[in-house]
Amino acid sequence: MSADAPLPNPIRPAFGPGEHAGTTVVSIGPSHPATHGTIQIIAELSGERILRADVHCGYLHRGFEKECESHTWHNLIPYVDRLNYCSALINDFAYCDAVEKLMGIEITPRCRYLRTLLAEYSRIADHLTCTAAALMELGAMTAFLYLVTIRDYVYEHLADLTGARVTYSFGRIGGLARDLPDGWLARLEEILREYDVFVGRVHGLVDRNRIFIDRMRDVGVLHTAEAINWGFTGPVLRSTGVPRDLRKDTPYLAYAELDFEVPVGIKGDNYDRYYVRMREMDESVHMIRQLVARLPPGPLSVDDRRCVLPDKHLVYTEIESLINHFKLIVDGPDVPAGEIYSAHEGANGELGFYIVSVGGGVPYKVHVRAPSFVHMGGVHRMLEGYQLADLVPTFGSINMIGGECDR
Amino acid sequence: MAPPVHERITARWSRVVQDAAVSHGTLVLLVAPDQLLEVARSLKAEFGFDLLLDVTAVDWPARNPRFDVVYHFYTTRDFVRVRVKTRVAAATPVVDSLISLYEAARYSERECHDMYGIEFRNNADLRPILLYEGFVGHPLRKDYPKHREQPLVPYRK
Repeated sequence: MSADAPLPNPIRPAFGPGEHAGTTVVSIGPSHPATHGTIQIIAELSGERILRADVHCGYLHRGFEKECESHTWHNLIPYVDRLNYCSALINDFAYCDAVEKLMGIEITPRCRYLRTLLAEYSRIADHLTCTAAALMELGAMTAFLYLVTIRDYVYEHLADLTGARVTYSFGRIGGLARDLPDGWLARLEEILREYDVFVGRVHGLVDRNRIFIDRMRDVGVLHTAEAINWGFTGPVLRSTGVPRDLRKDTPYLAYAELDFEVPVGIKGDNYDRYYVRMREMDESVHMIRQLVARLPPGPLSVDDRRCVLPDKHLVYTEIESLINHFKLIVDGPDVPAGEIYSAHEGANGELGFYIVSVGGGVPYKVHVRAPSFVHMGGVHRMLEGYQLADLVPTFGSINMIGGECDR
Repeated sequence: MAPPVHERITARWSRVVQDAAVSHGTLVLLVAPDQLLEVARSLKAEFGFDLLLDVTAVDWPARNPRFDVVYHFYTTRDFVRVRVKTRVAAATPVVDSLISLYEAARYSERECHDMYGIEFRNNADLRPILLYEGFVGHPLRKDYPKHREQPLVPYRK
């Protein structure tokens, strides 16, 4: 290929220019500041109104599922972190939960509470990211800075616990990497109080703001039946008015023991998606406070040498533990043959892991039911009929995450 | 305790279901490819499985038929999941598309076609979705080498 030859087009648009008189076909993305991730939207416009949209993802495809088939069960934890990197811990726990079910392991009460706490903390970070970015794109720079201030507190706080700001690799099959450091819960309560202050300011700036309402109300409307038919879950489905939430409907971790509400919208438009996310964060804060108050003492990881690494001092002093350590690292945990689909309520919808094991230390197949991917299949229903300028807030309200969409 | 809907489904479809078992709390039905659409239609209309979660496949190269095509359904009424599997041979990896029942099948079937080369009858839009136009092969098949590279644009020297 010579240097001047046009680059091959990686996609084949569903329609081209010239099919209808008076319309224009434009290509938006895959590298566009308003699309967050690398996604390409071919849109047919009449004036500034979108008539048809053809959404292409895959620019971030990196063979996650193929790669999973040649690494041990434990080695996948850093990979699953990089699916939805706005709430990496939720991915960690959903994956570990699926493997634990295959192995017949029941995690300890302390681990169950801590995972729930960290999952809700991650949900706050995820919703803060989504809401902040969506507001910034509408010019609400102050609201963006308020929300990202809190998110940065959360990131730094999680870095104190895990050593990383975004991709934590903190889950372990059968437990967690380590227990809370001293003073972590005290700082948590400080951040939650700051959260109330800053999010309260955003409510004051945005909720009844005429410009915001005009841009968000009755834009990108989705009805419940249509949303379910296209596979929408999570905040997008709840914004249409149905309280479908796996934390309530099929409780896992410690959710059955917690008091919380499932906020829903009334119209399924951009405004409702904004508001549902804001309210969900409040519920997460409410849950975190309950979890802190009831956090049980006791061991963090199960006592099961099939998957949990032995204590370091044992590895250095007795041969059985040394061999155990080597076998777990080199061969991986021995997961019995079987298959499982296990789903958690991710920040953006149902995050499911379909795992097939044939026994041994390496998975036979790992498939991720990624909410972002499914949502990209139906997003054109929320774009068609609206203005081109509405594409930005509508797309932002879904919080498509390239890492989990394209895998 | 298994939800009562498990028994009702198994009883209703005992005629065509080749195998039914409960695995980790999920009812798993194995049906023949030509029964798939009928079973899915009944799951949606009679049992309220209104959400198609996922379409994927599992490759068993040593087995004939080689592929499991795997569907997960969920009901937002009873909060129960069902996994439906069907087996297709490598020579004719064809199943009926579910797009007449679930719009969500469109993207999921495209992905499954990308990754395993399963053909979905009556789904007219099986363009690559995670891969790109001109990609040769189906990367999640077990005989596709992990390290094979097919750059669309040549690497810089």
